Amino acid sequence: MAIELPPQTADGTAPSAFLDVRDLQVHFPTEDGLVKAVDGVSFTLEKGRTLGIVGESGSGKSVTSLALLGLHKGTRAILSGEIWLDGEELVALPEPAMRALRGEKVSMIFQDPLSALHPFYMVGNQIAEAYLVHHKASKKEAKDRAIDMLKRVGIPQPERRVNDYPHQFSGGMRQRAMIAMSLVCNPELLIADEPTTALDVTVQAQILDLIHDLQQEYGSAVIIITHDLGVVAQTSNDILVMYGGRCIEYGSVQDVLNHPEHPYTWGLLQSMPSLSSDVHTKLNPIKGNPPSLINLPSGCAFSPRCAFKDRVPGGRCMTERPELRPMAGNDQHIAACHLADDEKTDRVAK
Amino acid sequence: MFRYLMRRLLAAAVILVVISAITFVTFFALPTDPALLACGKTCSPSRLAEIRHALGLDKSLATQYWEFFKGLFVDRTYGDQSITVHCNAPCLGVSFQSDTPVLTILLGDFPVDLSLGTGAAVIFLVVGVGLGMVAATHKGKAADKVAVSASLVGVSLQIYFVGLLLMWAFVDKWQILPAPSYTPLTQDPVGWFQGLLLPWATLVVIYLAFYTRLSRSSMLETLGEDYIRTARAKGLPMRRVILKHTLRAAITPIITIFGMDLASLIGGTAVITESVFGLNGIGKQAVDAVTNSDLPVTMGTTLFAAAAIVVFNIIVDMAYGIVDPRVRLA
Repeated sequence: MAIELPPQTADGTAPSAFLDVRDLQVHFPTEDGLVKAVDGVSFTLEKGRTLGIVGESGSGKSVTSLALLGLHKGTRAILSGEIWLDGEELVALPEPAMRALRGEKVSMIFQDPLSALHPFYMVGNQIAEAYLVHHKASKKEAKDRAIDMLKRVGIPQPERRVNDYPHQFSGGMRQRAMIAMSLVCNPELLIADEPTTALDVTVQAQILDLIHDLQQEYGSAVIIITHDLGVVAQTSNDILVMYGGRCIEYGSVQDVLNHPEHPYTWGLLQSMPSLSSDVHTKLNPIKGNPPSLINLPSGCAFSPRCAFKDRVPGGRCMTERPELRPMAGNDQHIAACHLADDEKTDRVAK
Repeated sequence: MFRYLMRRLLAAAVILVVISAITFVTFFALPTDPALLACGKTCSPSRLAEIRHALGLDKSLATQYWEFFKGLFVDRTYGDQSITVHCNAPCLGVSFQSDTPVLTILLGDFPVDLSLGTGAAVIFLVVGVGLGMVAATHKGKAADKVAVSASLVGVSLQIYFVGLLLMWAFVDKWQILPAPSYTPLTQDPVGWFQGLLLPWATLVVIYLAFYTRLSRSSMLETLGEDYIRTARAKGLPMRRVILKHTLRAAITPIITIFGMDLASLIGGTAVITESVFGLNGIGKQAVDAVTNSDLPVTMGTTLFAAAAIVVFNIIVDMAYGIVDPRVRLA
C-alpha cells in the first residue's frame, strides 16, 4: 500500500491553508542589475475567502500573481520561496505539471479584456479552447459549455454572441467573457488582476458582484489585485499591502482599513477621494515616486517618502529594514514599520 | 464584398491608364528615335519617312496614344506595302523590332516569371517564417544568433554572385543539375523543377534574410501581447500557443509585404536573376525593349508589371479581411 508522504516545506511545518505562500521572491536579472520585483512575500488564503493585494504600479502585485500561475517558468525570472496550493508546491513544479494546473485549478482574469482576448478568434472559441485543453470533450460539448458560461456571467443571447469576436463586445461584456473563460474549468483559485480598472464605474460594481456571486457558487479562493482600496473594502476578507516588492502590511480588511499601522497605508487611505468630505478639500497624494526595484533605499523602502521617519530615534528608518511584526498586540495584523505605537497618535482617523 | 471588389477594380483600371500615359510621354522624351534605329546604318531620308509612317510615329502624340488605347478594344492592322501585321483586340501594339503583337510576347514570357517568382516566393515565405519563428522562440540563444547572423550574410549577398556561384558548383563542378532553363510545367514537371531550382535558390538566398528578420520581429512583438499571456494562462501547450495564437497574429504584417514582393517578382523584377541564368522573362524583355526603343513592348511590360502590383494589392487587402476579423471590406 502506498503511503502518501506529507508535503515537505522548508521549515517542516505543514502548509497551513489551501494556498500558503512562503517567502516568495521573483527576481529578474537585467543589464542594469537585479530587479527584485517580489522580495519575500508570504500570505495564506482559504477556499471561499478573498484576499486583496494592494499597491502602486511596480509594487510587485502582478508579478506575484503571475508566479502563482507559474507563468514565469521558461523566462529569465529567478523564483525562490514556496507556493503551496492544496498540498502541492508550485515553485519547483515542472512546467508540464504546472500547465495541467493552469486554467484548471488556478486561473486568472486579466486587467484589460480587449488586449487579453485574442482579436482573431471568436469569443466562444476562446472559452471552448480553455475547456478543451483540460477536458476530454467534443467541440460541440465545449461550445455548449461556452454558451452556458456566457449565460452565467450575464451575457444576453449567449447562443448568438458566442460567435462574436471580442471587438464586437462592449468593455463590460468583454470582461464578462474573460471571467467566463477563467471560470470554465471551475478553478479552485481565481486571481483577478485589476479586473475593473479598464471599465466604467457602473460596470465595475456589476463585475465585482459577479465575481463575488460566482465565488459563492463555486467556493473558490479569490485574490483581487488592485490599487483601489474601495474595491478591496467591498470584496475582500484580508488585505495585503505591497510596497517595493515587499509586504508592508497584512491583516483582515477591518483591521487594516480601520486601524492602518503603516504610514504608506495611511497615505493610500488619505489619497482616496471621499463623498463625505468637503469638495474644496484637496486630495492628499503620497509625495515622491515608487522606489527603483534595482536600488531599493537602504533601510525601509518607504523612508524617502515617509513623513514620520524623524519620529524614529537614531535614523533607523534609513539604515535598518523593518521586519513585519504584530501590531497593537494583534497577531493577525502585521506591519513593517519602526514607528512606535504611541507615535501614531495623530495618524489619519479612519 | 462584390461592390468593394468592383470599386477596387475600377480604381485599378484608372491607375493603369495613368501609368500608360506616363510611360508613353516618358518614352517620347527620350532622345533616341526608334525609326532611325529600325532604319539601320544606310538610311535615306525617304526610307526613314516610310518607316516612321509604318510605325505610326508621324502622327501626333495624342493620336498615337488614342490609337494605342483604341487597340485594347478594336483590332488593329499595322504595316506598309511589304508586310502587314494584324493585331487582334485586345491589342497592346506590335513590337517595332520583331513585328510580333506585344500581347503574344507577354503571354510567352509570363509563365517564366510566374514559375520563377511563385516558386521562390513560396520557399522564402515558408522557410523565412519558420526560421523567424525558431529565432523568436529561442531569443538570445544559439538558434536565434545563428538565424540572425545567417540572415545578415544573406542580405548582403548579390544575385549575380550567388547565382554564378551556385551554377559553378551544381552545374559545372558536381554536374548534378542541368544548366538552368525554362521548361513549361505542363510539358515536363521534372524538367521544370530541375531547370528552375538554381534560380529559385538564388532568389531565396536574397529574400530569405529579409523574411526571417521580419517574421522574427513580428513574432517577438506578438509574443509580448496580453492575449498570448492569456493563452498560456489557460494552460495551452507552448506549441499551440506559438503555432495557433502567435503565428496567426504575427503573419498579418508579413502578408502585405509578401504580396508586393510576389507581384513585383511576377512583374519582372527578377531581371538580374533572369539574366544570370539566361531565362527569357518579362524583366529581360523590358530591359531589351528600352534599349531598342521598342515603344509597344516597353508599354506592354510596364503595364504588365503595374497590373501585377495593382491586382496583388487588391488580393492582399481581401486576404487581410479574411485573416483579421476586425477588418471589414466596404
